[in-house]
Amino acid sequence: MFENLADKLESIFKKLKGRGVLNEQNVNDALKEIRMALLEADVNFKVVKDFIEDVRLRAIGSEVLDSITPGQQVVKIVHERLVELMGGFSANIKFGARIPAAIMLVGLQGCGKTTTAAKLARLLSKEKRVYLVSADVYRPAAMEQLAVLGAQINAGVFAAGSLKDPVEICARALDEAKKEGYEVVIIDTAGRLHIDDLLMAELRKIKEKVNPAEIIYVADSMTGQDAVNVGNKFNELIGIDGVIMTKMDGDARGGAALSLKAVIGKPIKFVGMGEKIDALEVFHPERMASRILGMGDILSLVEKAQATFDEKASLQLEKSIRKNNFSLEDFRNQLTQIKKMGPLKDILGMIPGLGKMKSLKDMQPDDNELVKVTAIIDSMTKKERYNYLILDGRRRKRIALGSGTSVQDVNRLLKNYVDIKKMMKKITQKDGIKSLRRNFPF
Amino acid sequence: MVSDSFVEKLKTGLTKTRAALTKNLDNLVFGKKVLDRELFGKLEELLITADMGPQFTSDLINDVKERISRNELANATQIKNILRERMIAILGQIANPLTIPEGQPFVIMAIGVNGSGKTTTIGKLANLLRNAGHEVMLVAADTFRAAAIEQLEVWGSRVQSPVIKQKINADPAAVVFDALMRVKAGYRGVIIVDTAGRLHTRVNLMEELKKIKRVISKELLGAPHEILLVLDATTGQNAVIQAKIFKEEIGASGIVLTKLDGTAKGGVVIRIASELALPVRYIGVGEGLNDLRVFESQTFVAALLE
Repeated sequence: MFENLADKLESIFKKLKGRGVLNEQNVNDALKEIRMALLEADVNFKVVKDFIEDVRLRAIGSEVLDSITPGQQVVKIVHERLVELMGGFSANIKFGARIPAAIMLVGLQGCGKTTTAAKLARLLSKEKRVYLVSADVYRPAAMEQLAVLGAQINAGVFAAGSLKDPVEICARALDEAKKEGYEVVIIDTAGRLHIDDLLMAELRKIKEKVNPAEIIYVADSMTGQDAVNVGNKFNELIGIDGVIMTKMDGDARGGAALSLKAVIGKPIKFVGMGEKIDALEVFHPERMASRILGMGDILSLVEKAQATFDEKASLQLEKSIRKNNFSLEDFRNQLTQIKKMGPLKDILGMIPGLGKMKSLKDMQPDDNELVKVTAIIDSMTKKERYNYLILDGRRRKRIALGSGTSVQDVNRLLKNYVDIKKMMKKITQKDGIKSLRRNFPF
Repeated sequence: MVSDSFVEKLKTGLTKTRAALTKNLDNLVFGKKVLDRELFGKLEELLITADMGPQFTSDLINDVKERISRNELANATQIKNILRERMIAILGQIANPLTIPEGQPFVIMAIGVNGSGKTTTIGKLANLLRNAGHEVMLVAADTFRAAAIEQLEVWGSRVQSPVIKQKINADPAAVVFDALMRVKAGYRGVIIVDTAGRLHTRVNLMEELKKIKRVISKELLGAPHEILLVLDATTGQNAVIQAKIFKEEIGASGIVLTKLDGTAKGGVVIRIASELALPVRYIGVGEGLNDLRVFESQTFVAALLE
């Protein structure tokens, strides 16, 4: 809806002639749009109110930089302020002096505690010996779930056996962990409502018993206005040291992150990015800010690409693109690189405006398709890969046979290749990069 | 009609909202005969904090403004009445309880994002239907999440209903196929299919859901008869996108609104009703066997406003 917040602000400012300095009138108009965007992103009503006032004071009178427009300037101030408010903390988990260190995960039902416990265990097990324990005696098969996940990552899992009392389970697990030489014990507690006095009291008892080094509040990034009530209550009754936002691989704008930060003032340490056991990432306030404003997660994409791309291969590719002889071989290498970055749909989802289902479907982000494409190109001769024009009917038939595909598949690939080649050509033209960049506010 | 105890329970679940709305509205209007911007600002806050979304709230308020002349509106009760009427009208357009015929197979698919409460809802729904005299069979088509099958089995034994299952990581469509073979063998009851939670943005997983649905349709003409989208009441505006995509892609035909026993208001379903015409069939007000209720728009709105 507000995918184009910057555009929207642009249209407001278009009517205004006096550029140079932001005045009260144009700031107010812009803030109206920003307020709507924040509310649409599920930032809590009161948090939005305070935030807008804060930005108003900062924005009025500030100079508009030469390179950007007033609309962009306001977005920039908003963005910077959001980053400031959500950041400034290190994501490190503190273990304290006691060994083993206990880490408690708490939160509502269905926010993703159990999955997060396993992901966190996997992450921490790179440096520590990690033990998992489920204190969830309520949800059917909750303990089995953690046991299965624990086995997947080769972490130790406490077997509660016939124990029925969560406090006792945790105490025993800690003893067991000590005996076995584990350094960290992650406690997965049962999901509970913050207004359930009995269960909240139980959490307090666990806390007193195990004296945790950290209590991490697990929050669903899709949460609406209620996020502040729940977070506040958990913090008040149990005390929270940090937050993990889950289900960030969806398309929720995640205003809950800002709301939580504003209310409990504790760092957001990690974000859950998918169901796979390794999909836990460090929290990046600047990405979250872009996302809340509906500007896409382009930074994540760039970083992911940077981390995964083989530098040498990229240089080679850049050279080819510049010389405008992007060959089928480059095309294949490119695809192999993309494959390394993870499922295509994840990557496409990070690009602003591409997050929507429909557009993704048209692009057919099918990983199997990649295998096919690689097979087809592998079945070509070197000469063919560098000059696709020589691929006549006979050659195409041979390639199809060699790669176990059909001539139609080969044709489709060539069409895609030619399209991309054209796109590459555009990029290398004078204003190419600029015209692409114009779509992003930063 | 629903029993009084239900009204009470729902009211308790929504106490906070009700208290907030009533208190604020009364405070506002006492001694104040003229509607001003402040009052509508307060009204806006109340609706937005109930997760109705900024745009929808603004439209609703404008609508209320249009429906009344300024002079007529003198006190909180009148504002509340008009607001209530509007909300009931929106929900009422699509209020449509699920009717399940006797003596013929009826397939219900439960879908939704991770952690919305599908499995628990299925357990409670099975109980509700069993108490109404239906035969119920559960299908463990969530073969992905660790221990999801075991979780459904516990519910199956609680409500004394058979659970059709295979091993973890089996093809969910194959599990569903097994269940439909029972229909071919003469089963004439309700079949409730539990599917793995999936974000609506995961293309492959949405394709998997379509495949499950295709297998059901192929084996039984006219099935699935109901595709229930299980929606967490704490969800914010993303619920609208979820509902839209699950409706367009999979054909969701009704909503179960879960976790209404917390402090979240679930107001987003009114927006969903307005924009997508998806009826709310049931609401979840707890984790107990009997904590699933048929949705009543009158009661829902009344509990919110009174």
